[in-house]
Amino acid sequence: MLKILKYSFYDLVRSRWSYVYLLFYLLLGIVLLFLNNDLSKAVITLMNVIIVLVPLIGTIFGVMYYYSSKEFTELLLAQPIRRSSIFLGQYLGVALSLSMSLIIGLGLPFIFYGLLRSDAIWDFSLLLVTGIFLTLIFTALAFNIALYHENKIKGFSYAILLWLFMAVIYDGLFLMSLIIFEAYPLDTFSLGATMLNPIDLSRILILLKLDISALLGYTGAVFQKFFGTAWGLVLSFSALAIWFLLPTYNIYRKSKRKDF
Amino acid sequence: MNSAKLLLLTAYLLTGLTVSARTITVCNSCEIRTIKEGIALASDFDTLLIKKGTYNEYDILIDKPLTLLGEGYPKIDGQRKGEIIRVTADNVTLDGLFLVNVGTSYTRDYAAVRIVKSKNFLIKNLVLEKLFFGIYLEKSSHGQVLYNRIIGDAVNEHSSGNGIQLWYSQNVVIEDNYITHVRDGIYLEFANNCSIKRNTSTNNLRYGLHFMFSNDDLYEENVFENNGAGVAVMFSKRIKMLNNTFKKNWGTASYGLLLKEINDAEIVGNNFEKNTIGISIEGSNRVTYRKNDFNNNGWAIKVRGACYTNNFIKNNFLHNSFDVSYNSKINDNQFDQNYWSKYTGYDLDKDGIGDVPYRPVKLFSYVVNRTPETIILMRSLFIDIIDFSEKVSPVFTPDNLLDPHPLMKRNR
Repeated sequence: MLKILKYSFYDLVRSRWSYVYLLFYLLLGIVLLFLNNDLSKAVITLMNVIIVLVPLIGTIFGVMYYYSSKEFTELLLAQPIRRSSIFLGQYLGVALSLSMSLIIGLGLPFIFYGLLRSDAIWDFSLLLVTGIFLTLIFTALAFNIALYHENKIKGFSYAILLWLFMAVIYDGLFLMSLIIFEAYPLDTFSLGATMLNPIDLSRILILLKLDISALLGYTGAVFQKFFGTAWGLVLSFSALAIWFLLPTYNIYRKSKRKDF
Repeated sequence: MNSAKLLLLTAYLLTGLTVSARTITVCNSCEIRTIKEGIALASDFDTLLIKKGTYNEYDILIDKPLTLLGEGYPKIDGQRKGEIIRVTADNVTLDGLFLVNVGTSYTRDYAAVRIVKSKNFLIKNLVLEKLFFGIYLEKSSHGQVLYNRIIGDAVNEHSSGNGIQLWYSQNVVIEDNYITHVRDGIYLEFANNCSIKRNTSTNNLRYGLHFMFSNDDLYEENVFENNGAGVAVMFSKRIKMLNNTFKKNWGTASYGLLLKEINDAEIVGNNFEKNTIGISIEGSNRVTYRKNDFNNNGWAIKVRGACYTNNFIKNNFLHNSFDVSYNSKINDNQFDQNYWSKYTGYDLDKDGIGDVPYRPVKLFSYVVNRTPETIILMRSLFIDIIDFSEKVSPVFTPDNLLDPHPLMKRNR
């Protein structure tokens, strides 16, 4: 598996898109930090970018990579290599190279800015960790979709739909249910609903770390009480981990049985 | 005979004059060692010069017009046994004293200085520490409270007192005081025609300044920073609030300025910076908001209901999370010629006024007002999308709530 991983990883690292992705983050980081001069605001803007763009890029890249390397995969399948290592290796190769672009692209400008000496380092690390989780989760989901659909167009549209659902539609449904059931106590429900969507979970985790959490008022206080404790943090990171592990396991399971 | 009488009269008059201008010195090594003794010996309009030292005294009653002048901030230690100074006479001056360790009582509200039913008092240059209530003015009028420093050590609201409290007191001037770590910095109850200027009220548990049932007051150029909430103005009429700074009143239930049942007030030239809510308005009518700066607040203005005929003119709204939040579809308030940092319109005729009206109420702020739990969706992509669509064609927010002449450049 490691060999496949290494191959996929280097293949992607050498590719043009990786560089574009890296450059994009590099530019974003530099512009935000050196034209804004307010670290907290920069973190908020980065959060907006990360919770929207990282899942989108993860999904599209994942699907694209699967379909474009299909012939190579079929070639590999003819070799005496375990199927799970081929697919997991490819998946991890994509996810890790994307994560690396994210870390380097955002990390470099922040280090030059003097982040290591500022107290925003924890907010920033949280930002990176959630970004990496989101990459892992959405690339895995994309691989799942691709494994289930031979038809490229179908695969792509499902992948985009998945992103659209998680990033936009889910929040719409969430908002509607909050409004419809406003007469009931909704704290536990909203906690649960946040846990179920990795994008929402990442957003809340980051927001609560920032000054802006005071705006969340009473509901925010409930959330702060939950996520502020070690137990809440463990629980939310386990939720993210489950979001990562389940699709990964499914890649393993599906790839074993799939006909080519 | 005649001349002898005259001489006697002159002598009498002279002694009388010297008595009226007498200065009595109190110090730890003098003949008169306590302030109480000094007051007992003094007659009307005398000056008590209190030298540097520590005086362990409490319940000092000043019942004649005297001046208590401290030299080198003599320390009067109440040993937490009760009130330190109580004034019941007119024309009393307290100057340059250091009062410490006021007793705590929940039935008697001990204060470092209490003025009862007196006129023309002057309290200045006092330093108050470890206090319950600081300066308590009770049914007193026409006095001045200047240049005092009140430093409390309040921990929770129910077991602490206020820095300067006015109760049924009229025409009082409160200027250049510094108040910190008490419950309410300055509290006015049934206090009319007072003027409060250039005070700094910070780090207080509840409010920096608090009005209750007080009319025709003016407060100007004060700084309220990092209090539980900046200023609460409740059930009062014709209050003028000019050029104050409300800063960093940040917390889940915090605000810079609260207006509750306020009529005919004027709010001009104030600066609201980094408050969770800049101004929270409830049941307030005919209030003018002019040339205020709202900078980096969570909500710049939160209108909670029953507010009519208010005018918001020439204010600057800069980078607030929500500019205006409104909870009904009816609007009777006027917004005109404000500068909104979020305004995206254009100005073709270059007259400095945007050609497209600005709608300050976002759909999300309307939704949050209705169902507060929805705030957890803040900064999600979906919210940005619905805000945009509401901006294009308003459905839920009051469609006449708009600024018809938004400014292109910030008011200075």
